Amino acid sequence: MNAIPEELKYTQTHEWVRVEGNEVIIGITHHAQELLGDMVYVELPETGSCFSIEEDCAVVESVKAASDIYAPLDGEIIAVNDNLADSPELINQSPYEEGWLIRMKITATEQLDNLLDANTYQDVIASEDSK
Amino acid sequence: MGKRTALYDLHLQSKAKIIDFGGWDMPLHYGSQVNEHHQIRQHTGIFDVSHMTIIDLRGEQVSPFLRYLLANDIAKLKQSGKALYSCMLNHQGGIIDDLIVYYISPQWFRLVVNASTREKDLAWIQQQASPYTLTVTERPELAMLAIQGSQVRQHITSLFPNNTDTIIALGKFFAHIEGDYFIARTGYTGEEGFEVICSAEQAKSLWHTALQSDIKPCGLGARDTLRLEAGMNLYGSDMDENTLPWESALGWTVALQDQNRDFIGKTALLAAKEKGISQRLVGLVLLDKGVLRNHQKVFTSSGEGEITSGSFSPTLAYSIAFARIPAGNEQHCEVEIRNRRLRAKIISPPFVRNGAACIDITT
Repeated sequence: MNAIPEELKYTQTHEWVRVEGNEVIIGITHHAQELLGDMVYVELPETGSCFSIEEDCAVVESVKAASDIYAPLDGEIIAVNDNLADSPELINQSPYEEGWLIRMKITATEQLDNLLDANTYQDVIASEDSK
Repeated sequence: MGKRTALYDLHLQSKAKIIDFGGWDMPLHYGSQVNEHHQIRQHTGIFDVSHMTIIDLRGEQVSPFLRYLLANDIAKLKQSGKALYSCMLNHQGGIIDDLIVYYISPQWFRLVVNASTREKDLAWIQQQASPYTLTVTERPELAMLAIQGSQVRQHITSLFPNNTDTIIALGKFFAHIEGDYFIARTGYTGEEGFEVICSAEQAKSLWHTALQSDIKPCGLGARDTLRLEAGMNLYGSDMDENTLPWESALGWTVALQDQNRDFIGKTALLAAKEKGISQRLVGLVLLDKGVLRNHQKVFTSSGEGEITSGSFSPTLAYSIAFARIPAGNEQHCEVEIRNRRLRAKIISPPFVRNGAACIDITT
């Protein structure tokens, strides 16, 4: 079992969120990349574009399938991980660090309270595995 | 729980990710589908394909029966062990399944058909065989392994110590048969390789031997991207009972040379040809960034079509597909992906054979 970083927050749909003041960095979890398999293409939003919570804001594609990434919070895209264009496999190799997807400036900080902590996210994975 | 092959526990030992495939619990990959794909193109790998359906046909009238049952003509098979790829058609000329038929002796032929079509194939074959003197015997007790890869010939001695010289000399699309041990120089990857049909115990032993010889286990995921690169159709995706061989890039498998031979679907095929074939199955290479997927819409100057098999090509590092599009001679088209139209080039498969690209996208 791969460790779920304690300092991050999570969504039911397997995104992780690193909070840095009123900005967040978003990626997909180790569990998500393992389910999807080898990444081959990533479609990221344009800097400056705005998304609402749960809106699809990016697409990651593995050999197997395309998968939508949902904005975990309301906000504006202030940066995307350009390295993924040539090396989408970074998501597999380093999902919590080099494989990050987008950086957002968030507009509704109270939404942070609804994100899952590491323990709760662990339970989400466990309940999926037992299905 | 689905059906399991004799090697199921060995797959778990190799950390297989198991998925349901047509009612079977089969390995999708053993860690990385892309690495397994490269393993075949650059080295050698082994697949468990025991889910495939093996059917033996024996009896005095096997030969005339198969000449009627199949669109390709088994009269082409003159030497024992020789294999032939064929479609099995319905009376409308649609494809019930694609298969390989092996000529073992004048009174014994072996068919290897798809797992997903097992029940309907067996029912159809039994129904069509009833006027003929022959027996139809499924061989579910036999296992089947595919050992494939650009370096596979280096492993012949260790894999087949008892008949090394015979296997080295085995011609392409030929099988060597010794009792229940059946070794064919065939495959579904576009690389050199063998497909071995044998008992469960023999299969386990061969699996162990292969892994000890640094041949890596490969799953159905890699098998799919390999066959797509190699320009080989997948039944149920690229063709089915509603598509003719000529609409499925399989016209070359329809044998019309012997005008006296009747076969199931022939009348319908000839009538369709007379009317004109309106669709073609082609290869696509995506020129823009993205990944082609099954059922995406394709736009050509002759009309709309659809992707039948789409994926990322690990060897070429861009996306490729098969698509069924209106007949015509366009060389470019557009594919709709998430409400955007992306540019693609129309090519004639294969994309990759024997480890090397066989298409040029610079023109």
